[in-house]
Amino acid sequence: MNGTTTVTTSGTTEPAAVPGTTEPALGEELLSVNGLVKHFPIRKGVLQRQTGAVQAVDGLTFNVTRGETLSLVGESGCGKTTTGRLLTRLLEPTAGQIVFEGRDISHLREGQMRPLRRDVQMIFQDPYGSLNPRHTVGKIVGAPYKLQNVKTEHGVKRAVQELLELVGLSPEHYNRYPHEFSGGQRQRIGIARTLALRPKLIVADEPVSALDVSIQAQVVNLLEDLQNEFDLTYVMIAHDLSVVRHVSDRVAVMYLGKIVELADRVDLYENPMHPYTVALLSAVPVPDTKRKAKQDRIRLQGDVPSPINPPPACRFHTRCWKAQDICKTTEPPLLQLAPGHQTACHFPENQPSDKPVAPAPSPDTDAT
Amino acid sequence: MTEPQDTTPPQAGVQRINRGEAFLDVRDLKVHFPTDDGVVKSVDGLSFKLERGKTLGIVGESGSGKSVTSLSIMGLHPPGVARISGEIFLDGQDLVTSSREEVRLLRGKRMAMIFQDPLSAMHPFYTVGKQIIEAYRVHNQVSKQVARKHAIEMLDRVGIPQPDRRVDAYPHQFSGGMRQRAMIAMALSCDPDLLIADEPTTALDVTVQAQILDLIRDLQREFNSAVVIITHDLGVVAELADDIQVMYAGRAVEYSTAEDIFDRPQHPYTWGLLGSMPRIDRERSERLIPIKGTPPSLINVPDGCAFNPRCNYAHLNGGASETDRPELLDTGDGHMVACHLSPKERQKAWETDIKPKL
Repeated sequence: MNGTTTVTTSGTTEPAAVPGTTEPALGEELLSVNGLVKHFPIRKGVLQRQTGAVQAVDGLTFNVTRGETLSLVGESGCGKTTTGRLLTRLLEPTAGQIVFEGRDISHLREGQMRPLRRDVQMIFQDPYGSLNPRHTVGKIVGAPYKLQNVKTEHGVKRAVQELLELVGLSPEHYNRYPHEFSGGQRQRIGIARTLALRPKLIVADEPVSALDVSIQAQVVNLLEDLQNEFDLTYVMIAHDLSVVRHVSDRVAVMYLGKIVELADRVDLYENPMHPYTVALLSAVPVPDTKRKAKQDRIRLQGDVPSPINPPPACRFHTRCWKAQDICKTTEPPLLQLAPGHQTACHFPENQPSDKPVAPAPSPDTDAT
Repeated sequence: MTEPQDTTPPQAGVQRINRGEAFLDVRDLKVHFPTDDGVVKSVDGLSFKLERGKTLGIVGESGSGKSVTSLSIMGLHPPGVARISGEIFLDGQDLVTSSREEVRLLRGKRMAMIFQDPLSAMHPFYTVGKQIIEAYRVHNQVSKQVARKHAIEMLDRVGIPQPDRRVDAYPHQFSGGMRQRAMIAMALSCDPDLLIADEPTTALDVTVQAQILDLIRDLQREFNSAVVIITHDLGVVAELADDIQVMYAGRAVEYSTAEDIFDRPQHPYTWGLLGSMPRIDRERSERLIPIKGTPPSLINVPDGCAFNPRCNYAHLNGGASETDRPELLDTGDGHMVACHLSPKERQKAWETDIKPKL
């Protein structure tokens, strides 16, 4: 996406679809990822020799513009969580570059990374596992100040209580322990901690998937409000396509460690080009009984192959109904097939040229 | 789906819940767990019926009593832990008063269950085939060879590739989707008349979820079973269910056909659920409309309507919501609601406040 200033209201407005480019923008680009690879070695035997590797992330290239929400979606094992952990440098990349605000952070050591942790923070999926049960809420939310030696104007306690109010908890919760809270409230505590140092980029790994529907909506709204208030940039990792559509400006669909499609939200949901995206969208159960009759669902056969030994060339060819010989021999590059819409497929659906016959429900493609 | 539709509008009033002999008939079921902190009223007066060949969806959030209900039907609460009262008739036999041994003989043949987490529901030490064979031979006097052949057939039926080899695999050698299929194969190996699926797809990815939902639908058609599907995902029930029961804090707050629940929901909690969900099939809304507050503790369920502290309309009832517990009553066309709002107020709130925002 080119860097137009959608900063202030990016949570709620349509991103301006700038025709023509997904080349790295110069101005407002916050994070840029180039050829990112993470392979986890598999070691066997007495000598622990490497016998293979789990190719969790295998060559990702994308940018994140300041103020936007980019979502990574895909099924389990597609590498989305690994990507999130690489971006926050909780993992060391095998290859590739991560550039944050113009600085290459791909191989910074822990000590060098520490100052950056103010700017890059993470929200975790499991609100039970991510809070220390023996610390009070005050200690948990105040920890970032202590770790980073940040002085606050009226003391840490005051700052923590303000944060708690900000995320919809009460300042009296300061001395309580995590077990006294429900799942939704715990997630709010985690969000308060994340916000303590006013980060620029937040990587949120499945922030609402452990929550009940009614609570999920509260947290989604909270994340949107905070984005508007503090100009936050989100990289959202999620598997629920309905939630992703609600929160994202742009969406990257991952399959077996690769991005197969990256587009503007409206574009991706209305004109998905990669067959995998099409199948994924058609598989979402819709709370509407009238859809039952239609049965226009694309059934994918089998499961996702193992990332230890992924299929050659196009990794989706083993499950794709459009696959031909070329898909087994030549890997399709991630190409821009429509303005701001990248797809890695030899036989994409909904191409701009065959728009009239496209089965997309609504014809307004990249109009915003 | 050979049985005649039973969801045609009944004559009047409470008839619907007390109609003739249903295959599964739950009446005023209460499941209470005494704990040190007080009595947890997980299920507190629940009644519903289900015919063969029909699917009932039970929807609710965590702690609404969905799973406890299904475990009571299956007789799977450990003795002495739960206090169960009320009646559960399975084809005329009361399961609550039956001995554990009697209920054990019904499990597998008359009723079976698909659990949410196949990894913990299957024994890690035995092969998948062995577990299916065991269940089959309890109810059928056949040799091991015949049972094994049946197990392979069942694995094939649920779409496991190379079933003759996979039958000797251990659960950990299967992927999540395959384990769930194997468990469905196990549950269906004796053609149960009643199948309870408790969050059968929650742990699965969407593409696999779609496969499993299709599978449950196909198998139900084939065996004409009665199916209870328990889930928090309104999308899943919309796919499968004929009737839907919405539960809150251990009680049913709304019960009707799936069409009615989605097109003309009547209970403020159901409205809240629908407003909380981002919809992939609609125009993207600017904001979700969450339900305020959090679900109540089941030890201290609020007086009156359990939903009243979170309800935006409770003030319209002149205090009744805080003191009287609303009964589940028929609104005239088989659509049952437990709410103090008058039909007129409900209609108005739905038409003006809720519907335009969904």
